[in-house]
Amino acid sequence: MGINKKTKWFRACHVNDVPANGGVCIQYQNEQIAIFHFTSRQEWYATQNLCPHKQQMILSRGLIGETLSEAKVACPYHKNTFSLITGKCLSSSEIDVIKIYEIKIEDEFVFVACE
Amino acid sequence: MKSNRFSPSSIKVVVIGNAMVGHKFCEKLRERDVLNTIDIKVFGEENHRAYDRVHLSEYFKDKSIDRLYLSKTGWYESKNIQIYLDNPVVEIDRFKKNVISKSGEVCPYDYLVLATGSSPFLPPITGNDLFGVFVYRTVDDLEMILGRAYKSKKAAVIGGGLLGLEAAKAMLDLRLETHVIEHSPRLMPRQLDETGATFLRNKLEHLGIKIHLNKTTSAIRGNERVEWVEFADNTQLDTDMVVVSAGIRPRDELARQCGLRTGPRGGVIVNEYLQTSDPFIYAIGECALYEGMIYGLVAPGYNMAEVVASNLTGGDKIFTAFDMSTKLKLIGVDVASFGDPFGMNTAHSPIIFEDRMRDIYKRINISEDGKKLLGGILVGDTHSYNMLLQTCLNELSLPPHPENILFQSEEGSKNESGVMALPDAALICSCESISKKTICDAVIAQGIADAEGMKKCTKAGTGCGGCIPMVKDLINETLKLQGKMIKQIICEHFAYSRQQLYDLIKINGIKTFEAALESFGTGFGCEICKPVIASILASAWNDLIIKHATIQDTNDRYLANIQKGGSYSVVPRIPGGEITPDKLIAIGEIAKKYNLYCKITGGQRIDLFGAMIHQLPEIWEELIAAGFESGHAYGKAVRTVKSCVGSTWCRYGLHDSVGFAIELEERYKGLRAPHKIKMAVSGCVRECAEAQSKDVGVIATEKGWNLFICGNGGAKPQHAVLFASDIDKETVVHYIDRLLMFYIKTAEPLTRTSTWLNKLEGGLDYLKDVIIHNTLGICVQLEQEMQETLSQYYCEWKAVVESPQLRKQFTHFVNSNEPDPTISFEEKRKQKNPVAWV
Repeated sequence: MGINKKTKWFRACHVNDVPANGGVCIQYQNEQIAIFHFTSRQEWYATQNLCPHKQQMILSRGLIGETLSEAKVACPYHKNTFSLITGKCLSSSEIDVIKIYEIKIEDEFVFVACE
Repeated sequence: MKSNRFSPSSIKVVVIGNAMVGHKFCEKLRERDVLNTIDIKVFGEENHRAYDRVHLSEYFKDKSIDRLYLSKTGWYESKNIQIYLDNPVVEIDRFKKNVISKSGEVCPYDYLVLATGSSPFLPPITGNDLFGVFVYRTVDDLEMILGRAYKSKKAAVIGGGLLGLEAAKAMLDLRLETHVIEHSPRLMPRQLDETGATFLRNKLEHLGIKIHLNKTTSAIRGNERVEWVEFADNTQLDTDMVVVSAGIRPRDELARQCGLRTGPRGGVIVNEYLQTSDPFIYAIGECALYEGMIYGLVAPGYNMAEVVASNLTGGDKIFTAFDMSTKLKLIGVDVASFGDPFGMNTAHSPIIFEDRMRDIYKRINISEDGKKLLGGILVGDTHSYNMLLQTCLNELSLPPHPENILFQSEEGSKNESGVMALPDAALICSCESISKKTICDAVIAQGIADAEGMKKCTKAGTGCGGCIPMVKDLINETLKLQGKMIKQIICEHFAYSRQQLYDLIKINGIKTFEAALESFGTGFGCEICKPVIASILASAWNDLIIKHATIQDTNDRYLANIQKGGSYSVVPRIPGGEITPDKLIAIGEIAKKYNLYCKITGGQRIDLFGAMIHQLPEIWEELIAAGFESGHAYGKAVRTVKSCVGSTWCRYGLHDSVGFAIELEERYKGLRAPHKIKMAVSGCVRECAEAQSKDVGVIATEKGWNLFICGNGGAKPQHAVLFASDIDKETVVHYIDRLLMFYIKTAEPLTRTSTWLNKLEGGLDYLKDVIIHNTLGICVQLEQEMQETLSQYYCEWKAVVESPQLRKQFTHFVNSNEPDPTISFEEKRKQKNPVAWV
């Protein structure tokens, strides 16, 4: 995302569509994006929905939490955890980084930066 | 000899060979070369980068080498190591100090490391080049074996040693009629004595492998392809293929060619620094000959890699004779051999234990003064291996009755303190050479508190994994010593044990995760504490778990079992396994309508697979309409009560086991606990319901019922133990009420009843005191709490089906009604199945 390039925002869903301290999956063209509302920390995150470990479309159904204040999501399949800040896999050095999307809330809608 | 001390400016290191040891050397060298100044080049002969040969047979499982690779894609590039694959070195020029590869690459070196390994020895007998003769060494060998296996019915493995039996297992897995041919009078002659080998042979023969001992193969015969093998005693054996595993020969041809000293039977001669006769050339792994010995195991090879990496970076490690003890699981049979297994080197007295009922053989060799353990052999049960090995290697003094150490493992919890008696230098992980001190230090200085953390921090347990139980014990014992009393805190957010949290939640009437966090926790929670609290809330209040959806583990979040690919499976409750034809038809029709894969479960129910997330409420709506309820197959909860047909039909049955099973299942259905709970009721001592493998097992007797508790199958099967005999039904229910409630209140997360009992101080006697003799005076309270929880039961799926709000949660996309387009199925045996994952 270059500084000069204008960010394209995709209106993903209403804030109430996302459960408190949980996640949902949205479809944007051919992409699946997981959106998380870390309600207790008043934070929103968006990542790819694909868990790179076994290539499963699943991360939005994962438990979110934190370790040493770093927000993370745990894949439901094998409990690998990924940083919601950097996308790095926190539980294994063998698993790839996941993509993090920029996210913003405007007028009670969730927007994800898609380009 | 060691005159060529390394100079700090950039040096060039060339490694010949990219198998396990060659790879480990690259890892170790780069690790020590912190400034990244050494120029490393690696030449490999195979087309694959280094992979795990120890677990080569895994390749047959999915024919993918990916999980065998020792490094991630791009590892060599990221470590700035140049790697040449499928490009072996063909010549070493020691005078110009360079190597020339097959493709003509000329590479100068300051130091050269030979890690050329070994090749399987093919005995010079007639027919060893026939089509259908294979060796068992590389992925390419396995590919060729696979290609032939499809067209074969019989396979003969020549060689009954470690590798030969590994190959035989692979042949058996390929469903071939498998023969093992060994020329000596017993299997694994290097590791086992006569009796140990006989026990192993019996076990293998039970599995269907045919063993031929004292057979020297004299020829392999056939017309164009293998048809039979001939033996020196003029007998023969028909076979379609032959796998030769008759030992290894060091790959020393390059070394010979350039004039390095080699042994009379092969191997590059090295000194304690692993230098060859040319001080600028080292040899490691199976090509190196140290003090007349080739070390054909991975642990000493890794140790050699470490020694050379140390020497090239200013260290001064030396290689000393390495312990060749081994422990392995052969075709489901545990075998171990350590120290001096035969007691050949010293006068000794062996202690031998034979259990022909369970096919267990143990032998330990004790020094004549009775003080030291010299070595031994274990077949069938290797639980005590780690402790025996450490006692032997560290020359620990034996207790007055050394025979007792053979049974330590069976005593359960009492053996844990043993690990702390080891000296600091005791090698715990021999693959990565990690000492006890390194592990304990990591706990003390870096706060490592579990085996996973230890793997990351020290690499201990990342090799063969055999040391992990011992690593865990060391972590726990060190924590205990630190005063961190295995206080078993849940995670960084809750500094309490599950038992303490349970009491706190109950006493303070806590009903949500947020309230628990606010009252007794810090921070914002994680994937560990959320499901634990969820489970406690469910056990304490039996509130609808889907109201707390975002703190539930996956399966509980969607009240279904997630399967490969992202679809779910559905299990309706069938109490006691009894079902009417109408209900069977209903299940069949629903399965047909939604195209669900059907399978009968071990718990006498029917599992329906392949449901998309949005279909779950519709499917359940139909199941509920047909009279079914949730089976809680997705929960850490009471699952099923299995039963035999009992006295109603069976001529041997003493009481109505089906009726009692249904009563029990209806009573405890949905009860949430630290882990799943399975039960069974058998109508007589023939035990067709397998009640003695359950958490709660009830078996009819002439006078009433016997109650068995705390058994399980799974990864670590354990028989249930007899808790009370000849009691009536009411007493059975009283005891189960108390027992389960006591377990729910006191067990750590994800602990089955068996492990809970094993760890319970005072063990079974204590449990009987609490539950039967009421020594704590809590029996009435336990029963009341159980009654309260059970009275709150209702079918979770009924609640979802009836609530449009809850139903809304069951979609894949929140912004579209489409199902997940990436889910796909394939047909297998006339049903749909998920596509295998990568």
